[in-house]
Amino acid sequence: MKSTASQFPQNAREALADETLQNVLENFADGFPRKRAAAISRLDEFDDLRDAARDIKNHVLANLDTYLTRFEERVLENGGQVHWCRDAAEACQTILEICQAANARTVTKSKSMIGEEIAINDFLERHDIEPVETDLGEYIIQLREEPPSHIIAPAIHLSKEQVAETFVEKHTDRDPDRTLTEPRVMLDEARAELRGKFLGADVGLTGANMLVAETGSIATVTNEGNADLTMGLPRVHVALASIEKIVPTLEDASTILRVLARSATGQEMSVYTTFATGPKRSDDLDGPEQFHVVLLDNGRSELLGSEFQDILRCIRCGSCINHCPVYSTVGGHAYGWVYPGPMGSVLSPALIGLEDAHHLPNASTLCGKCETVCPMHIPLPRMLRSWRTRQVEQNLQAATSRYGLELWAFMAKRPRLYRVFSAMASRVLRMMAGKNARIRWLPLGGGWTSKRDMPAPQGPTFMSQWKQNRDRYS
Amino acid sequence: MTKPEQRSPSVALFVTCLVDVMRPSIAFAAVSLLERAGCQVSVPESQTCCGQPGYNAGHEKNARLIAQQVIETFEGYDYVVAPSGSCAGTLKKHYPEMFAGNAAWRGRAEDLSSRTWELTSFLTDQMNFTPSGVRFNHTVSYHDSCSGLRELGVKDQPRKLLAAVDGTEIAESDLAESCCGFGGLFCVKYPDISAAMVDHKIGDVMAGEADVVLGGDLGCLMNLAGRLTRKNLPTKVWHVAEVLAGMTDKIDPITGPSDDEAAK
Repeated sequence: MKSTASQFPQNAREALADETLQNVLENFADGFPRKRAAAISRLDEFDDLRDAARDIKNHVLANLDTYLTRFEERVLENGGQVHWCRDAAEACQTILEICQAANARTVTKSKSMIGEEIAINDFLERHDIEPVETDLGEYIIQLREEPPSHIIAPAIHLSKEQVAETFVEKHTDRDPDRTLTEPRVMLDEARAELRGKFLGADVGLTGANMLVAETGSIATVTNEGNADLTMGLPRVHVALASIEKIVPTLEDASTILRVLARSATGQEMSVYTTFATGPKRSDDLDGPEQFHVVLLDNGRSELLGSEFQDILRCIRCGSCINHCPVYSTVGGHAYGWVYPGPMGSVLSPALIGLEDAHHLPNASTLCGKCETVCPMHIPLPRMLRSWRTRQVEQNLQAATSRYGLELWAFMAKRPRLYRVFSAMASRVLRMMAGKNARIRWLPLGGGWTSKRDMPAPQGPTFMSQWKQNRDRYS
Repeated sequence: MTKPEQRSPSVALFVTCLVDVMRPSIAFAAVSLLERAGCQVSVPESQTCCGQPGYNAGHEKNARLIAQQVIETFEGYDYVVAPSGSCAGTLKKHYPEMFAGNAAWRGRAEDLSSRTWELTSFLTDQMNFTPSGVRFNHTVSYHDSCSGLRELGVKDQPRKLLAAVDGTEIAESDLAESCCGFGGLFCVKYPDISAAMVDHKIGDVMAGEADVVLGGDLGCLMNLAGRLTRKNLPTKVWHVAEVLAGMTDKIDPITGPSDDEAAK
């Protein structure tokens, strides 16, 4: 997808003005966090599991080559194939070649954020192959030709009325006057539309929540079972995953599964958790004839050993997004690329470049909520700050804030000069205030006064009053 | 053996740059509370700012230079106390990170960190202080500022202190722990988003019983107060230290004098 991250402020303004979106977001802000809190309160060892999950991924990242190689060996032993892809273009080309070799006309897809990252749908369409999203949310936004707005709830930005309108508009062989008010009825309609697609697809493309090195398996979790139909019915199964999705053993996978759904939706487990290992064996009743794993790097190996390595522990539960006060104010599309919210603001600059994504690390109050709810203990605020440091190093910061902060630091390092400056600032601000002690407009301070009054300083600075009278107000 | 608590501990007040310029009464209130709790209070003269604005904006080098100055200025006191969770958090949590790769300064930063406290937390957790003879006849909503809450664990301490104030009822807001949208430079870089965030908080407060919002960080309080007055809403805003020190009769709230008083 084409990034609009550089227009973040404009995107955000549009989101704030969108009344339907604001209504949807109001419900969103309440839902997932409450469910997560309830799920966690039922599991005493949740914090121990978080520590264990973090340690597993840290160990993997320190030994990534070993585990990826082991994974490949197992996949080959099982009769599957592994395709190593450096970037999005290589991954798209690889998938296209697999599809063309299978004479594929339609490809069913279960939700994959890596698929969004490499924009595989557009690529397949350009080569006359029809991709069909089978996750309900993804299916809806595919009909609407929109990108996902959340990594686990791609259509969370839509009201059910908008979904109904979309179905009426796109499912043209149905009665246009039918009643579509109940979610259940809409779900049944989508299911009926998708059933034929599942059966007719030549290739099934899934993501993978984890790759298990000891068995060469891929793990998927869904609530709809669509990944199972996507990987089980067509002749060819392609699993698309980024390299950091690897875990050493099934035991490790189960540790991570125990924190994943609880953090994401507040479920103990997702409804379907599937481990797929190789193609159909001779005595299997069903399953794909071919099993391919497309392993994508796309900039991730560059993060190893950097101050951003910890983001590679991310298991895409969406908890940081669900709890982010900025996300719940502007929604996911405002961020302008595939991954929104705190994890996205850390990851996107690495994947699309800091220049394009320069707003994202700044679009946070560093309130720290994300880190407290991250099941993998990823220090998201620290990394947002590290991107800001890189911006300063690369001269990508706006001139006004750069010079302002340089001037501030210059003063702060010189206490005597600082006293003179602060006394002067206090006097000027008090002169600007009305009788009600409020400043309604500040030159160069429009960012503040466009939305709020500036309370005027109460009087001379504390440091000057303290010298004269220690007992003021007592 | 004499425990250090048996002599009056020496406390250096970290005034914070915002309190120094915008609202000196908070620092006077802090001094008064610390003295009532039995501390020997000093205000080191060469203090300026903790460096957080630059640090959070990625100006690490400048932030480190300012941090070194703060570390030097506040050496030798038993404790360093700030009427702000975010400035105290910078000294306590971020200074040691800033000098992770510098053995000499790391030790000094950790020493400062171990002596640094946020005001309400110091008064309760360290000094076991309870205010007495203070009255404030209001129903208050307490805003838990992000840094104080998540970096320093300040949550129950201000409520415990307020429980000893006559006439004060706390009406807890569901959004007490939600960010107000201040975020330092965030609020001037993204004013639309910041305003929408503060409106969520204000909406929740207005829906409840509270007629006053209290908090422990002037940045957040100025954001809340500035938005309340811009929208002509009646809720008043004070810093918790001003209430605990019994100062509210002598000074206007952060939201300023009421329109009647201003007209006088």
